[in-house]
Amino acid sequence: MSDTAVSLTSKKDWASDQEVRWCPGCGDYGILQAVQQLMPELGVAPENTVFVSGIGCSSRFPYYMNTYGMHSIHGRAPAIATGVAVARPDLHVWVVTGDGDGLSIGGNHLIHALRRNVNLTILLFNNRIYGLTKGQFSPTSELGKVSKSTPFGSVDPPFNPLAVALGAEASFVARTHDLDRHHMMETFRAAHEHRGASFVEIYQNCNVFNDGQFSEITRRQARDEMMIDLHHGEPIRFGVDGHRGVVMGSDGQLRLVEVDDVGEDALLVHDAHREDPSLAFALARLSHDDHSPTPFGIFRSIDRQEYAGAVSTQLATALEKSGPGDLAELLRSNGTWTVG
Amino acid sequence: MTDTIDRSDEEAPEVLPRLVVRFAGDSGDGMQLTGDRFTSVSAAFGNDLSTLPEYPAEIRAPAGTVNGVSSFQVHISDHDITTPGDAPNVLVAMNPAALMADLGRLEPGGTLIVNEDAFDERNLEKAGYTANPLDDGSLDTYRLIKVPMTSLTKEACAPLGVKPRDAERSKNFFALGLVSWMYTRPVDPTLEWITAKFSKNEQVKGANEAAFLAGYHFGETTEAVGHRYEVRPATLPPGEYTSVTGNTALAWGLVAAGQLAKLPVTLGSYPITPASDILHELSRHKNFGVRTVQAEDEIAAAGVALGAAFAGHLGVTTTSGPGVALKSETTSLAVSLELPMLIVDIQRGGPSTGLPTKTEAADLNIAMFGRHGEAPLPIVASYSPVHCFHAAIEAARIALKYRTPVILLSDGYLANGSEPWRIPDVSELPDISVPFATEPNHTDAEGNPEYWPYLRDPDTLARPWAIPGTPGLMHRIGGLEKQDGSGDINYEPDNHGHMVALRAAKIAGIAADIPPATVQGDPDADLCILGWGSTWAAIDAAVQRSRRGGRKVAWVHLMHLNPLPSNLGEVLRGFRHVLVPELNSGQLARIVRAEYLVDATPVTKVKGLPFTAREIEDRIEEVLS
Ligand code: SF4
Repeated sequence: MSDTAVSLTSKKDWASDQEVRWCPGCGDYGILQAVQQLMPELGVAPENTVFVSGIGCSSRFPYYMNTYGMHSIHGRAPAIATGVAVARPDLHVWVVTGDGDGLSIGGNHLIHALRRNVNLTILLFNNRIYGLTKGQFSPTSELGKVSKSTPFGSVDPPFNPLAVALGAEASFVARTHDLDRHHMMETFRAAHEHRGASFVEIYQNCNVFNDGQFSEITRRQARDEMMIDLHHGEPIRFGVDGHRGVVMGSDGQLRLVEVDDVGEDALLVHDAHREDPSLAFALARLSHDDHSPTPFGIFRSIDRQEYAGAVSTQLATALEKSGPGDLAELLRSNGTWTVG
Repeated sequence: MTDTIDRSDEEAPEVLPRLVVRFAGDSGDGMQLTGDRFTSVSAAFGNDLSTLPEYPAEIRAPAGTVNGVSSFQVHISDHDITTPGDAPNVLVAMNPAALMADLGRLEPGGTLIVNEDAFDERNLEKAGYTANPLDDGSLDTYRLIKVPMTSLTKEACAPLGVKPRDAERSKNFFALGLVSWMYTRPVDPTLEWITAKFSKNEQVKGANEAAFLAGYHFGETTEAVGHRYEVRPATLPPGEYTSVTGNTALAWGLVAAGQLAKLPVTLGSYPITPASDILHELSRHKNFGVRTVQAEDEIAAAGVALGAAFAGHLGVTTTSGPGVALKSETTSLAVSLELPMLIVDIQRGGPSTGLPTKTEAADLNIAMFGRHGEAPLPIVASYSPVHCFHAAIEAARIALKYRTPVILLSDGYLANGSEPWRIPDVSELPDISVPFATEPNHTDAEGNPEYWPYLRDPDTLARPWAIPGTPGLMHRIGGLEKQDGSGDINYEPDNHGHMVALRAAKIAGIAADIPPATVQGDPDADLCILGWGSTWAAIDAAVQRSRRGGRKVAWVHLMHLNPLPSNLGEVLRGFRHVLVPELNSGQLARIVRAEYLVDATPVTKVKGLPFTAREIEDRIEEVLS
């Protein structure tokens, strides 16, 4: 089941025969396209790939991939995927979830999969709304959100998904959005290549219940001034010709500045490999709304022990030390006596 | 060694056919350990035995209070027994609280051994005594043996330089030594055990040895203790024996099931009393390819098991009642996915947190009905500590063969109770392996081979099991209703009706693959006892006694609760009376009445305790007289 001898696949090898059934215009289509286009480039075989999802619009995703897949129950995909990964570290396991599925009903499973650092590639489609249940606010909806269940505005402050992931000690944290296939592909590629749990938040437009939530940031004309592209080892700057940038004040606060005002050397240099998550955390919290410049790319990517591999190593060590288990011996391990 | 002490001048011990000893003390007094040692020594000596540990739900309940009493009852005999005994013949009470809690259980005129040092004003008050029962004559009807165990232990340890405070902790070994002398238990195995167990701490080892021997010699030299008794070895069938608790046997059964199925085992579990010991035990056996994941919650634990099953492992999750409730959603998904999975429920007193350390068998309803939608699944119930081993294998067999979640019911009484086990020949255990799908099983409209995940075996109605990594068999399954055969999502009314019926027929069909109900005792009796689970021990003893007393009694004990044996209705209709003893409010009785229109009468007990044989015997008498 090794991938080394995989014959080259093409995009169509990764598409199932099922008709895709998201609402016309939904951002999910773009994400599916990006994943299907990326898969042949990863050099992995469809039969060694598993997509596990929970419940919600995004969770229909596995049905459209010609891989092994499970459309499970609301919020539980990270737990079920953990079972797949622990049983079979040879597989490439992807989790597709949404803001409701992953951060509300399944929040516990998500943070623990990240904490354990199970080798999962987790794509969280964040559209800041419940789509499948037709338009209630979600745990990432902004405070005051008017929705079907909050006609007077929601009084629930939102989660910042990246901050949650970083707080859960995620070893790979990134953000991308549904309108840039290339950026999605590069982010997913890096997430796939990362050993451990990788968490990717995808700004995804729900054109039926929350249309345009991210358009001030992600629409083509706005991107230059509103999207801050993070590149490891490079000064963080954005805007036309990179006229703006990010600096860290002596109080540790990040601020947006005109590069001309501070000089290029004053800009913060992005370091995704820092053990300490505080820089990634500060970047994740740089923007508090969908109307201000927002960082995209890989916030954090560090090496630490991967869970399923560690479980396998313990098994291998035990096997080496004690030899293969002998049932007859096990049944005698409490001490025995003989009658007759 | 001490074992060879010359006893030639002593009278020979009086021989008893059976003996029930109950060790009771504060949670910190080491009563579980003491009982366990007495059990092991008796097992090695060749007695048949059965044990019942009882301990408080609080890890550190207030010392000296009745709530903090921990006890261990062991029944040893020279013949085949199944219960830990109704009323103890001997009660060892390490403090007033233990006496207060357990005196009521002691048989009339029974032997009462107390640590009189503990009967000071403070302890008496904490236990709720207004006068000292050792002095006020209230214990006159018992054979009372007062021993200053604490001070004698301290004295025995003094030459070793052990501080009195530390020495005091060894007083349970003094009690064990004394009881070992009184009931003629060999000394060497315990001394050897102490040496091995405390090898890392010379001082503790020395203190425990000294206390144990001091207790033993105290019995020997003190007139107060009187003469000795002996319970001769039982005439058990020849073979090699070990002693197991239900939880150990169950864990070993899961390991065995993996071996017999030629599949790695993956356990997802969340700590919960009284099931955690299975997680502990399985975590030790990594060289059997057993993976254990201590999950973040009960739901995730079930998810891990189901994910592992999808990936081709024997997926298992272990829990107790509250956990079964949390796993219900995942279990329903497993019903819909038609994947093998084991859900092990070590039942305890409920509802809610209930009586976490006490036994009950009130989860039959949740096992049977506790899912949303029409979601039938097989239920296997173990009936004795040893049977937990075989029940685990049987549950796995059904799960794998029929690609279905299976609930395996045990309970706190079986989990912690132990009995001797003639170790089975592993080569005689059943092969429960099933093949994975390796080839496409269908042809599409253009004549290309394809894989249909829900194309069933016509005999078992089980769907094929294709695991990730198998080229050409990629498929998606999910909780949405699917088309039979192709597995494609399908919302058609008729298809849903068809799938509901198919899933039910698959489970019902298992009845042809399990043994029919067999009647033990007198098939021509008027009365049949219908039992399941751990009531086996008490029913067995009660039926034996009633029959010895001239009554005709029949008995059917169920190991499969869903589906029920195919002949059960017919069997039960052959009796005028059907009594169903259960540690719940009549859950099986209700099922049997609904299923067969048989007038089954529940015999219920929901007190966190197992039935005594007497309670069942009395009901038999009531019906037959
Ligand atoms: S409801 Fe929204 S998120 Fe769901 S499919 Fe439609 S557009 Fe997409």
